[in-house]
Amino acid sequence: MRYALLMHYGEPAEGKISEEAIAEAKEAFGAYGRALEAAGVLLSADVLQPSAATTTVTCREGGLRVQDGPFAETKEALAGIFVLEVPDLDAAIGWAEKCPGAQWGVLEVRPTATAFVNGAWTS
Amino acid sequence: MDKLTSVGRRREAGPGQDEPGPAARSAGVAARDSHGRLLALLAASTSDLAAAEDALADAFERALRIWPSQGVPGNPDAWLLTVARNRLRDQWKSARAQRAVPLEAGQDTLAPIDDVDVDSIPDRRLELMLVCAHPAIERSAHTPLMLNTVLGFTAGQVGRAFSVPPSTMATRLVRAKQRIKAAGIPFRIPDRADLAARMTSVLEAVYGAYVIDWATGPQARELPSEALHLAEVLTTLVPGDPEARGLAALIELSAARAPARVDAGGRFVPLADQDPSLWNPHLISRGREHLRVAHARGQLGRFQLEAAIQAVHCARGRDGTTDWPALLALHRILHAVAPSLGSGVALAAVTAEVDGPAAGLATLDALLEEAGQHARRFQPAKATRAHLLERLGRKQEALAAYDNAISLTHETAERQYLQHRRDRASRAP
Repeated sequence: MRYALLMHYGEPAEGKISEEAIAEAKEAFGAYGRALEAAGVLLSADVLQPSAATTTVTCREGGLRVQDGPFAETKEALAGIFVLEVPDLDAAIGWAEKCPGAQWGVLEVRPTATAFVNGAWTS
Repeated sequence: MDKLTSVGRRREAGPGQDEPGPAARSAGVAARDSHGRLLALLAASTSDLAAAEDALADAFERALRIWPSQGVPGNPDAWLLTVARNRLRDQWKSARAQRAVPLEAGQDTLAPIDDVDVDSIPDRRLELMLVCAHPAIERSAHTPLMLNTVLGFTAGQVGRAFSVPPSTMATRLVRAKQRIKAAGIPFRIPDRADLAARMTSVLEAVYGAYVIDWATGPQARELPSEALHLAEVLTTLVPGDPEARGLAALIELSAARAPARVDAGGRFVPLADQDPSLWNPHLISRGREHLRVAHARGQLGRFQLEAAIQAVHCARGRDGTTDWPALLALHRILHAVAPSLGSGVALAAVTAEVDGPAAGLATLDALLEEAGQHARRFQPAKATRAHLLERLGRKQEALAAYDNAISLTHETAERQYLQHRRDRASRAP
């Protein structure tokens, strides 16, 4: 089954995190990525820019509306997305627990409903 | 003393100890052997570990500056203690001058420099360990605090051991130390009535260093030598405590087999397939000696039982056979004395060796049923189940169980081993 691990955490202000801490986090995410890859469960991994870099797009009220910033302001912003192929929720929880982001934020473990693979949506 | 040298090597790789001169070396030795002793003494009267650490760091820094030109003092510990105490007193004086707030009574009880008896620096590390494992401190902080304060490992080193970024670990350690100070957790040995329960927390925190989950860290999990060192320190502090001896024996007997646990190709080697000639005979004999002293006290406990089980396994190195009935008896007592998922799974595995895989599987499934939700992500249970189904020739179920176990395994060496076993099972008729 495909699961998205959605990583959320409070966004620190600019310069609030030292270069050293950033280097440490990179190292931890590097080890995590390699472990996911070695286990053959990784489909994709992206860590996102801060929500200040977000642009929200909608046409649901008629014409195009492009908004600067996220759709909803939240205390803990979406910060990264890992898509895994694992047999079940237990395995997904096991990997979420190992994610460095779980040390300072929360991981939402969400099964995907369908995915576009090889030219079609899976059923 | 290989445990000391391995700990020492890691410490010496730290900052500030790169210079190989005699002064630096002496400071390095003092750091390794005395950090906990000095810190316990400096923090005992105020419960302020952070201030004590700052003062001690200052003293070490001054030692590195002064000793090369003036020579290493006869008793480096007493020198460091005196300098650090003066430093603490200076801080209090300036704090008093700034705030004009009366000092608390305990802070004036520090010995002046002249009172330091160089030959009898008291050892208050047991009080320090009791503080680290105090019930008012969050359980998950017990082991990191001990590694940091008693052995002097940096937040970075402790963080790496726990697969936690160093800055995150540093924050946790600072928070725990603030709590110790703010809550006024005392540096003292509790009353006899409370001591047993408090010692159990201390033993479990040391055990925590031994079972550190390396998960996404080093692929071949090394048995942490810091657990060995902590356990040894504890036996010198409470030589009469049979469980402290049992814990030291457990860690030594397990560490003795570490060199045989991963093969040349980096693959996990299960106990039954290990080559006993690779086991460390020195650690085995040390472990046995602790166990002998512990048993002489006539008080059975969880750690002594676990150590006794390890000792039976290690006996294969002497006569080439394993006494499974003895192991089964020990596992039954252990599971009765300290029941856990781990002890239950081990009991099922040993039951399979004595009474056959069907009996082992029945024991395991009964355990899993009873444990319910808690057992669902417990990898050892799943791996054991796969092995037993394979031995019973229930091929399809075994393959499914192997897949399940593999999906819960994060360590590469162990996953490769399970994959290898699964492939072999899939080729069986």
